Amino acid sequence: MTHYNFAYLDERSKRAIRRSLLKAVAIPGHQIPFASREMPLPYGWGTGGIQVTASIIGSEDVLKVIDQGADDTTNAVSIRQFFESVTAVRTTTRTTEASIIQTRHRIPETPLRAGQILVYQVPMPEPLFKLEPRRTETRVLHALGDYSLMYLQLYDHITRYERIAIGYDYPVLIEGRYLMSPSPIPAYDVPKMHRNPALQLFGAGREKRLYALPPYTRVEPLAFDDYPFAPLQVDMPCSICGATDSYKDEIIVDDKGKRQYLCSDTDYCRGRS
Amino acid sequence: MSYVAVKGGAAAIHAAHSLVAEQLRCGSDAAPRAEMPDAATLRAHLRLGVDRVMAEASLYAPELAAQMLLQAQGDTVEAVFLLRAYRATLSRYLDAEPFDTQKLRFQRRISAAFKDMPGGQQLGITYDYSHRLLGYFDKLPEENLKDTADEAGEARDHPVFRRGPGIMDHLVQEGLMEGHHTDPAPDAAMNADITRRPPEFPAGRCQRLQTLARADEGFLLGLAYSTQRGYGQNHPFIAELCVGSAAVELCPPELDFSICIGYVEMTECQMINQFHGNSPEEATLTRGYGLVMGQAERKAIAMALVDRALRARELGEKVTAPAQDEEFVLSHCDNVEATGFVEHLKLPHHVDFQSEIALLRAMHGVGATPSEQADDAL
Repeated sequence: MTHYNFAYLDERSKRAIRRSLLKAVAIPGHQIPFASREMPLPYGWGTGGIQVTASIIGSEDVLKVIDQGADDTTNAVSIRQFFESVTAVRTTTRTTEASIIQTRHRIPETPLRAGQILVYQVPMPEPLFKLEPRRTETRVLHALGDYSLMYLQLYDHITRYERIAIGYDYPVLIEGRYLMSPSPIPAYDVPKMHRNPALQLFGAGREKRLYALPPYTRVEPLAFDDYPFAPLQVDMPCSICGATDSYKDEIIVDDKGKRQYLCSDTDYCRGRS
Repeated sequence: MSYVAVKGGAAAIHAAHSLVAEQLRCGSDAAPRAEMPDAATLRAHLRLGVDRVMAEASLYAPELAAQMLLQAQGDTVEAVFLLRAYRATLSRYLDAEPFDTQKLRFQRRISAAFKDMPGGQQLGITYDYSHRLLGYFDKLPEENLKDTADEAGEARDHPVFRRGPGIMDHLVQEGLMEGHHTDPAPDAAMNADITRRPPEFPAGRCQRLQTLARADEGFLLGLAYSTQRGYGQNHPFIAELCVGSAAVELCPPELDFSICIGYVEMTECQMINQFHGNSPEEATLTRGYGLVMGQAERKAIAMALVDRALRARELGEKVTAPAQDEEFVLSHCDNVEATGFVEHLKLPHHVDFQSEIALLRAMHGVGATPSEQADDAL
């Protein structure tokens, strides 16, 4: 596909996206509107992340793409093949080797280091959308730093279910200022965002929003003093590598409903077994 | 002028229809005069378009639907209308036995909620992971291509049956999912065909699902999308999405056993949704269901989302968004009804309009009769 520009988009589009990314890095957790382009993969498949990756990737980069933590899931394979065909950059499945990691729904188990960039695919960038779907309203709430709606929601969960009943896409407060969606990663992954030495970029293509966490940003999950943030995790060790400290996929292995648990991060699992 | 317009009606209509006939025979001006493709060829090349026409017309007739699509010059809604109009002429002799979707001979079956499931994930025929580039399917890498085609042929010749419990059954067994829907209405009412009974509100589950199954795909898609963006509550996960052939079985009154009269391709979507219940022990996940004729995944998924949204009242949720409003959704989702009323604005309305104008003139104090000047202009 030599007739497409490096990384598919034209240079001016990529530069426009980088400008929005610079704004996003300058105001951590704040959503920056950008003129999202149609990519040759559907909205919802990761067009925001793909555009971010396309606009920052250079020929020296090494790219890793994961979906649900795994390099071999269908969508990860498709996006990796896309970048292989339009950039010819080196790709890898190893977290430690990658300079850019594009992810959907997970943060790798292996700690990231300074200089690496983690690109998140984000479906709904607005953390308040389930409580207030209108952007004209949420923009005001963000400007005022008024997150009482979200605190009320957490309180409502506690009165009904005796806990904060949010398993994924757990709302986080950035540097004590902006409420942010961490994307639909499991709550288990949220602490990895806090003070992470890597640059974290978030792209929501359909919603036309970008946001970012510069390295070492303070990321706090919303909670109450008497109901602290308590993410859940399967107690079972991984059936392949025996890890007890990783997030697990649950697999139904027979008609009787027998379950097996495997590391969702396939690179982490392979590194241990 | 007005004299000609009125009296020339018949001739004008005839001339307009001759133009359509001319286009149908020749294609566009640019294209050379060509033979009309036969229905079977059309069906093969425009499979998904034909499926959509059948689904929204609620009549499984692939070759007829293909011919309708041709006569409508590719206008889906017009083709649906043609097929519906034909459907109205058919007698309804017998009800088939309910489909057992557990016995679907599937060519495609996926779960998004679990990485793997008993029986395995089978991608089948899908554009899902293709790159949207012109000619993409002509440029697939040569290696593996033959093997894959062989395997696909194998799958076609020896279709796989879904056996054993599905994802939903496992979740029910564990107490995490609400049980199967049990409608208190008797069987006869359950089976009531919405094309033979006028709609009633509040609607039962069977009226809702039948109406959604033949609803306009675009309308359902927009509504379903709105629930994902916060207009109505939704936390959906696809438990299973299947495309396959279901056996149509009939039990004629003179026999006391059922006979298979053929197969129809169906798409079924079972959706897991947010939990419900007011205490930690009571909390269970809830269901949304979509079932559509043909391969119609977008529609089946949208239907499952809208089905769940429309259960708001039943589940004690606040009805705040359009997608949760049963009467709004079910009354406006039919594209033959909608296109008729929207497009009827093209019909002459000068009598009503004149009375409107007269009223406005009266309000402006001009008087009900038009001035001499206006008369001249006409």
